[in-house]
Amino acid sequence: MNASASLSTAGADVACIPHPAARMAPAPAPAHPAAANETDVHDALKCEEARLRADARREQVRAVLLRIVPPVLGLTLFAGVWALVSTTSPQLPSPAKTWASAVDVFAHPFYRKGPNDQGIGWNVLMSLSRVGLGFGLAALVGIPLGFILGRFAFLNAMASPVISLLRPVSPLAWLPIGLMVFKAANPAAIWVIFISSIWPMIINTAVGVQRVPQDYLNVARVLNLSEWKVVTKILFPATLPYVLTGVRLAIGVAWLVIVAAEMLTGGVGIGFWVWDEWNNLNVEHILIAIFVVGVVGLLLEQLLLLLARRFNYA
Amino acid sequence: MSDAYTAVPRLHTDTRSGTTEHLHVEAVGMTFKTRRGPFVALTGIDLSVSKGEFIALIGHSGCGKSTLLNLVAGLLKPTQGMLLCAGREIAGPGPDRGVVFQNHSLLPWLTCFDNVHLAVERVFGANEAKAARRERTHAALALVGLTHAEHKLPHEISGGMKQRVGIARALAMQPKVLLLDEPFGALDALTRARLQDELMKIVQVTGSTVVMVTHDVDEAVLLSDRIVMMTNGPAATIGEIVAIDLPRPRDRVALAEDARYHRYRTAVLDFLYRRQAHVEAA
Repeated sequence: MNASASLSTAGADVACIPHPAARMAPAPAPAHPAAANETDVHDALKCEEARLRADARREQVRAVLLRIVPPVLGLTLFAGVWALVSTTSPQLPSPAKTWASAVDVFAHPFYRKGPNDQGIGWNVLMSLSRVGLGFGLAALVGIPLGFILGRFAFLNAMASPVISLLRPVSPLAWLPIGLMVFKAANPAAIWVIFISSIWPMIINTAVGVQRVPQDYLNVARVLNLSEWKVVTKILFPATLPYVLTGVRLAIGVAWLVIVAAEMLTGGVGIGFWVWDEWNNLNVEHILIAIFVVGVVGLLLEQLLLLLARRFNYA
Repeated sequence: MSDAYTAVPRLHTDTRSGTTEHLHVEAVGMTFKTRRGPFVALTGIDLSVSKGEFIALIGHSGCGKSTLLNLVAGLLKPTQGMLLCAGREIAGPGPDRGVVFQNHSLLPWLTCFDNVHLAVERVFGANEAKAARRERTHAALALVGLTHAEHKLPHEISGGMKQRVGIARALAMQPKVLLLDEPFGALDALTRARLQDELMKIVQVTGSTVVMVTHDVDEAVLLSDRIVMMTNGPAATIGEIVAIDLPRPRDRVALAEDARYHRYRTAVLDFLYRRQAHVEAA
């Protein structure tokens, strides 16, 4: 009250009067238990409470709307532009036509009519299994290699020019090497996934090991921990978030590359399916494939983000 | 429980002087190699600490008090002189010197129990059964009053509690010397006071030998038997040592009215702010 009096210069006294008056009002109520007065206060409190609750609810609704409305608006706008473009260019199927086709495609995702005509489910699963294999092998090699490079500066200095040289190479440039070595399309595709997804895992793991806080290493020294304990109790957990970032980037790259690799190698897979539908001039299916690739990529990313959050200790 | 922490007499008899000293620092100097040439951090440090003594190292920031503590911890190797702990040369970090770091340095992926247990496993893993080792960990956490938080992760507890886990981890190793590097520096004043009182009680129970780095004059006078005051760096050294002859157990409220307490406090303040007034950008 003093503060408010000293803050407001003109008419300070006048501004102050309502405050004590308002505070005093409920106070005499218990002293003179006038029933009417008490219920008045009670009602006023109830009213105030309801108002606050309504405010909170409104705030909540607002937050939910702010989360839902912009993405829905964006997707609607996207579909609108697409519909508009499809009216002017007859080759591009409209959203409605694509939707109808998609309903058809997803009605039977797991049919098999010979090696080149299988349901979208099989195609996606085949692509995922290739990615899983290539990416899994890359993780098996890349993460331990990253650990070694992060721990030993000399080896890191040895490896870094080679990594810098090979990392920017376009993934498909590795395909002929794979075909030459394995003499088969499927292992060559897996090889391409392997070689293109290994770099983020090596680099991120190595950086993670190098960035283990000195404090933790000092703890290791003061406690005189064995090398095994240092690795399992300090280096590995401290590096894990970096490793998971590497894994997330790697799986993104792998999923990007698989479509292109399968277009070239053939067989069953979402990439091959795209190419096959292009040969059939079925543009609706190509569009569906693009959405499927996008959705699967999104799901993989979200899955790994979820995993990363699980191992975030901060 | 307190039995486990009653110091086992591991007295070292110095053959030259015949006294029992626990920690011996002799003509120690520390020069760091930097890009702008050698930097002399410490020079001519001589210090003897007897068993059960509580030593505070005080000085302005950059005076090398933490460097001295790291030398005793074995995290740094001196460029001159030598350091002995219980008669043995300090060649590196070891479980005979428990360190409590300023920023607690708990491993965030381990529970409080596991953080302390890591130290226990290392020191007693070879000689004691599993149950006995777990008992030690429980006892160490009980000593700092954290039994209820044993299974919490460090980010789930307050800063003061983290620092207590750090102390428990150091004590659980039953070190010959407990080294504290500004352990309460990052805490608020009330928490700091409570932890200081707790530390005094723990030291009373365990009979630990303690070397503590601090920049808090009141903390130094309240806790220590001797205050080692360091001159300003570079080439810092021990300027003066004040023996704090106050009876234990000490009570901070009673001491606030004690003339001797104020005399000691003034002596330290005089050293720090008159004789070693910090010169900015020398």
